[in-house]
Amino acid sequence: MKIRAQIGMVLNLDKCIGCHTCSVTCKNVWTSREGMEYAWFNNVETKPGIGYPKNWEDQGKWNGGWERKKNGKLQPKMGSKLSILSKIFANPDLPEIDDYYEPFTFDYEHLQTAKESEAMPTARPRSLITGERMEKIEWGPNWEEILGGEFSKRSADTNFEGVQKEIYGEFENTFMMYLPRLCEHCLNPSCAAACPSGAIYKREEDGIVLIDQEKCRGWRMCVSACPYKKIYYNWSSGKSEKCTFCFPRIEAGEPTVCSETCVGRIRYLGVVLYDADRISEAASAEDEQDLYESQLSIFLNPEDPDVIKQARKDGVPDAWLEAAKKSPVYKMAMDWKIAFPLHPEYRTLPMVWYVPPLSPIQAAAEAGTIGMDTAMPDVRSLRIPVRYLANLLTAGKEEPVILGLERMLAMRAYMRAKTILGKPNRAVAKRVGLTENQIEEMYHIMAIANYEDRYVIPTSHREAGEDAFRERGECGFSFGNGCSGGTSEADLFGTGPRKKLTTPTEAF
Amino acid sequence: MSDWINTLIFGIYPYIALTVLAVGSMIRYDREPYGWRSGSSQLLRRKQLMVGSVLFHVGVLIVFFGHLIGLLTPIQIFDWMGVSHSFKQIMAIVVGGVAGAFALLGGLMLLHRRLFDARIRTTSSFGDIAILALLNIQLILGLATIFVSLQHLDGEEMVRLMNWAQGIFTFQSDAASYVAGAHWLFKSHLFLGLTIFLVFPFTRLVHMLSAPIRYLWRPGYQVVRKRQTNFKPVE
Repeated sequence: MKIRAQIGMVLNLDKCIGCHTCSVTCKNVWTSREGMEYAWFNNVETKPGIGYPKNWEDQGKWNGGWERKKNGKLQPKMGSKLSILSKIFANPDLPEIDDYYEPFTFDYEHLQTAKESEAMPTARPRSLITGERMEKIEWGPNWEEILGGEFSKRSADTNFEGVQKEIYGEFENTFMMYLPRLCEHCLNPSCAAACPSGAIYKREEDGIVLIDQEKCRGWRMCVSACPYKKIYYNWSSGKSEKCTFCFPRIEAGEPTVCSETCVGRIRYLGVVLYDADRISEAASAEDEQDLYESQLSIFLNPEDPDVIKQARKDGVPDAWLEAAKKSPVYKMAMDWKIAFPLHPEYRTLPMVWYVPPLSPIQAAAEAGTIGMDTAMPDVRSLRIPVRYLANLLTAGKEEPVILGLERMLAMRAYMRAKTILGKPNRAVAKRVGLTENQIEEMYHIMAIANYEDRYVIPTSHREAGEDAFRERGECGFSFGNGCSGGTSEADLFGTGPRKKLTTPTEAF
Repeated sequence: MSDWINTLIFGIYPYIALTVLAVGSMIRYDREPYGWRSGSSQLLRRKQLMVGSVLFHVGVLIVFFGHLIGLLTPIQIFDWMGVSHSFKQIMAIVVGGVAGAFALLGGLMLLHRRLFDARIRTTSSFGDIAILALLNIQLILGLATIFVSLQHLDGEEMVRLMNWAQGIFTFQSDAASYVAGAHWLFKSHLFLGLTIFLVFPFTRLVHMLSAPIRYLWRPGYQVVRKRQTNFKPVE
């Protein structure tokens, strides 16, 4: 057993209001630069829909994730190492920028400079790549916002598999949900596996997956290999970039920018301990419907004395072991079983999990044709088809999703009875297999959702790992050789214009 | 061509070019690792690249290794193996001709795309366009020498070129004299080749130095980095 710790995330989709604050704050911090205008490390999709980039979930097209070979071994779906290298000159599995969208701005200045005319001046779109006028914007990162577009196009969503989707095109039967997406910081990242340069790595101490910008050569295999399409090729720097899980903030014990700014309080961050020796075993379960459970099986109970002993031996700091006991992520995934991984069938063992959303009860149930079972409706009468959620979260296995939804309904029924009738509904708690204490804690963390309950992040101990004295007065975050600007603006090695340094005497 | 110009271009210039290539690449690798990349533009436009890039790269790789082996292997080894000079020349013409033609076809497709596709043109630097143009000209010159070679299939001119290349690498002071009488097409091809070496560290060509062959025997799939840590677990 080799115990490692990871900061995992859970998003409670039941509370997501689709405001895109996470996306915008993330963009402002990380990707508002040339070459990355089209990239959203965090984006919010309206489901059902084909998403961003188009059809990212269709691995028959993009060949992302892993494939289990006949001998039980895993191999990237793109192919063996040799066949990945053979794609190096031209990669057939790489999306084109139009699959994301051509980034654009608007001629805002024209609004101020236009001469007097009969019609109001307009700000027309202009491409951020070529600088040329765009006559029509064809696609964007949230093009399907709140069910925008025709159902015929949206219904290409692969999560409709096994669902009679036609009736959901009717206005009366339609449904929707929001799906905020970011890098999954997988336990078995296929991007790292496909990187020919070995530039993508997983940090042992907190599980964050990063791209070494100085080692990346832009072979762009990671973009294809990531089934979530959460690695973006920066066309200006020629390097791939991805969500960093805001590691500078995490190291300081602060939540990621997307979590911090979430107005719906849907995001949770916490430590999960897992057995690193069993990663490949968990990822190669034969039946893909077992992958959700096999991933759960490598998570370790932070209260178990044997686990604590071994974790200490493996170098997990005590503060992390304490945080693991209070981890909301562990509670939601393991204790209450209400959070699920996104598309476990990609076999990457993702570490950003989702609580499925409840939805309004269909008309039929309200009219009484479907039985209301005690205080709880049958989850099959909810508007979002269970199979759809199962395709998204458990490779199509419905039972875990049903139990998760029932537990959330039970929590409501229990608390409703407690606050309105003055006595909690104990029967409903028992029916879904939760104790009263568990339901109360669930309510506290999920409904009240205090800041300190949502984010239980131990600081990293960099002071013990690095010589802080040598770090003083250092460069900080910059791209490449960003701190030694030089005196001329000449660009000898084609790395882009240098920052010309201004001395204080020049400035005044 | 007067003697001193010949010595300058084929006796001294090679050392300048090779030194800049070596030292320049080392400085860039050390000082500007962020700029060390292949510079792929596939994301912006697939069209023409899917075919063009494969033709170009495969062709150029064959041509490059053909030159490397053909020019720098001592002729005695070929003699010992029983490969006649004229057979070696015909092999060079056939293999180089076919691979060179593929490379040129691909190179012209890439150059057309780079010049006339608005997305690629506006995101290209001067260096990106210039080096691609130089490589295409070099391919044309190289292919043109075939017509000169076909005039005399005895392999003698080829051996002189080999002697020159090996002379440079073995520091023979009179290496330039081997190519003094060569056809102007050969001379231009050599000069341009040396010039490409000279500009190599300042262009995207450096990506060939980090061709990720090691990936094939990198153990396993996952890369985990551990922070240097002094943690002593409390027992």
